[in-house]
Amino acid sequence: MTQRLARPPRLTLAATTDAPNIVEVRRISKSYGNQIEALRDVSLAFPRGRLTTLLGPSGCGKTTLLKIIAGLIPADAGDVYVNGRVVTGPGPERAFVFQDFALLPWANVLRNVAFGLELRGMAKDEREALAAKYIRDVGLAGFEKRYPHELSGGMKQRVGLARALAVNADVILMDEPFSAVDEQTRRKFQEDLLQLLAVERKTVIFVTHSIEEAAYLSDQIVLLTRRPGTVAKVLEPRIDRSHGPEAVRRDPAYLDAVEEIWAMLKQYLA
Amino acid sequence: MATSVAEAGTARPVRTRFANVLFWRLVSIALVLGAWEIAGRIPVSFAFPPFSATFAAFVGIILDGTLPAAYLTTLQPLATGLVVSAVFGVMFGVLMGLSRTAEWALAPVFIVMQAAPMAALIPLVTFVYGIGLTAKVLAVCLLAAPVIVLNTYKAVRTVSPSLLDMCRSFLGTPLQQVTKVILPAAGPVIFAGLRLGVAAGFIGIVLAELLITPTGIGDIITYSSSIADYPTMYATIASLIVFAGVTVSILQQVETRFVRPEKRA
Amino acid sequence: MPAALLLWGALWEIAGRLELVPILPPLSDVLIAMGQLVHTGQFWAGARTTLASFATGMGLAIAIGIPLGMLMGRIAMADRLLGMWVNLFASAPLTALVPVLMILFGLGSTTVVVTVTLFAVWIIALDTAAGMKHVNPSLLEMVRSFGASRWVIYGRILPLAALPEILAGIRLGLIRGVKGVVIGQLLVSIVGFGELFELYSRNFLMPEFWALTLFIFAFALVASEAIGWIEHRIEAYASSRS
Repeated sequence: MTQRLARPPRLTLAATTDAPNIVEVRRISKSYGNQIEALRDVSLAFPRGRLTTLLGPSGCGKTTLLKIIAGLIPADAGDVYVNGRVVTGPGPERAFVFQDFALLPWANVLRNVAFGLELRGMAKDEREALAAKYIRDVGLAGFEKRYPHELSGGMKQRVGLARALAVNADVILMDEPFSAVDEQTRRKFQEDLLQLLAVERKTVIFVTHSIEEAAYLSDQIVLLTRRPGTVAKVLEPRIDRSHGPEAVRRDPAYLDAVEEIWAMLKQYLA
Repeated sequence: MATSVAEAGTARPVRTRFANVLFWRLVSIALVLGAWEIAGRIPVSFAFPPFSATFAAFVGIILDGTLPAAYLTTLQPLATGLVVSAVFGVMFGVLMGLSRTAEWALAPVFIVMQAAPMAALIPLVTFVYGIGLTAKVLAVCLLAAPVIVLNTYKAVRTVSPSLLDMCRSFLGTPLQQVTKVILPAAGPVIFAGLRLGVAAGFIGIVLAELLITPTGIGDIITYSSSIADYPTMYATIASLIVFAGVTVSILQQVETRFVRPEKRA
Repeated sequence: MPAALLLWGALWEIAGRLELVPILPPLSDVLIAMGQLVHTGQFWAGARTTLASFATGMGLAIAIGIPLGMLMGRIAMADRLLGMWVNLFASAPLTALVPVLMILFGLGSTTVVVTVTLFAVWIIALDTAAGMKHVNPSLLEMVRSFGASRWVIYGRILPLAALPEILAGIRLGLIRGVKGVVIGQLLVSIVGFGELFELYSRNFLMPEFWALTLFIFAFALVASEAIGWIEHRIEAYASSRS
């Protein structure tokens, strides 16, 4: 197919900044009820076009922070900036990939991937064509007419990713997307994700509790402490990915990063 | 690849299974009708006709048109009542499912209505609405609506919050959330509620016929009873029970086959 | 829930005082009538008859329903032969049978008892059967390996193992049983509360009518909640069954 597919217009607010940080959070705090302080005074910057991971033990509020950035839950204090402007709810410049996939069980893969576009009122033919492209990109060509209950966990998550890519958002937020799949699928997925991102040039904010995953994927790693979640450290493992995925896992920089993170986390787990 | 795994060798071909079920159903029917025939001939009671007499009467009132005409008369308030109950029932259920205030105010009412014997109120209906069509429609609604409302409400409340989050994250408006996520997700349970509502509606119409005024089916029952034509009376009642059973059974089939429970989460 | 009911109570009072609907007296009148009714011999005689019919009918429904359900649940042949009838009657308008019952059993309490039994027994059987099918087979193996006789298995082990489902069935059966006793009495109308209903509606004694209705509604809810409480007590047991 040589024709250029009409992508949904970038509905980002007229941001004059092509600022280095596409997303910023300043002094975010969030509590549940009176006892559970999930996040305390978190301030972070997320560089454009890079993959940042939020890493930490269970209960450190990383998913909460991600959802606050997505605009799905409100913060008690602090602000979220996207392209220099404060945001208080979901927006077209951010797309979310859910841990439990959140696929419509009664819709086939094609409709699920096109769902974000359907909600925007895009015409059926257009959005299905666009969806088909992303279905191919995530490696699910041929499965357009299948239903979620016929897919494995890994495949369902690819659908979730395709759906997030299809709306052409600048920022993709991924909430432990590979936690529900087996190890081999996970590795393959990680490699495919990096390849995809190299082409798509998105900013990704990624939540995981796996150290290796964080070290493998990230340009920036944010370590969060246990409840109440605060920023313990921000790391930038400079790993050379030019020699392919297999080489990365043997790269000393990668192994060092893993060790450093583990050492830090041990302090907080003790 | 994740295709549904073929259960090689473990599942019988569908046709054999169906034939098997059908066979046992027929045996069961034969046994019960046989017992009825014997009981009627003993006789268990002077007022208990054997199956053969009942069946003969049944054929009689079909052929002379009494029974079909009676059903038409009786089905009017039943169908009307069910449609009204379904429309308003689903509306109220959705409202209660989406609004905490509506839930707080209305849920207790319908819970009480479902548990309590609403039949007690049917005589009252005649005071306000007389003995016409309206009264009977109201009787059907009183019995059918609560279960429809409660099922719908429960279905809407238990829609996966994750799906709703997803819809919101892709900028779904509240209306889109309702039409594209909540209603399809709640569909199967709502349909189940409608099926239960239909069953309850049949009870309502029978009560209406017996307590408000007999027309149609109720007329045949009370008249034949008063002239001691028990075969006709039994035939009519049996036909009603079978009719209700078949209707509900068809809805069940529709539910299993078209509302596709396996496609829902 | 109580708060919302208070709200509705208030609305009832207002609607009644404004005489919006002829059949709806103010709630206060109804409550006063309830207080007065409790002092009449008529009410208690009616209550005794009604409760007796209800209890007998429910007792029979349980005594027949549980064994029937156990039979259907454990023996495939029984399920094949009886299943369709039990299912049919569980959702059929059994009210239509009451005229027949009146002829066969006369215009008295017997008919009401049979009505209650008929209304309640099917759902009890169905739920018991479902409970039977969910009994853990290794439990039965274990019990048999200790030499338990068939009596013990059917008489004690199986009912206990399926207790949550049985109680759920009884709770639903109870609600249907209350409907049965009301419908039975309404149609027979010369016994128990049915007689009183007939009396009140004929003489347009609306506060008394509603008072009686509320008593019955309250009874239905209390009985249902009582079973629900028992179900709740064994909830931990229910979920710990593997």
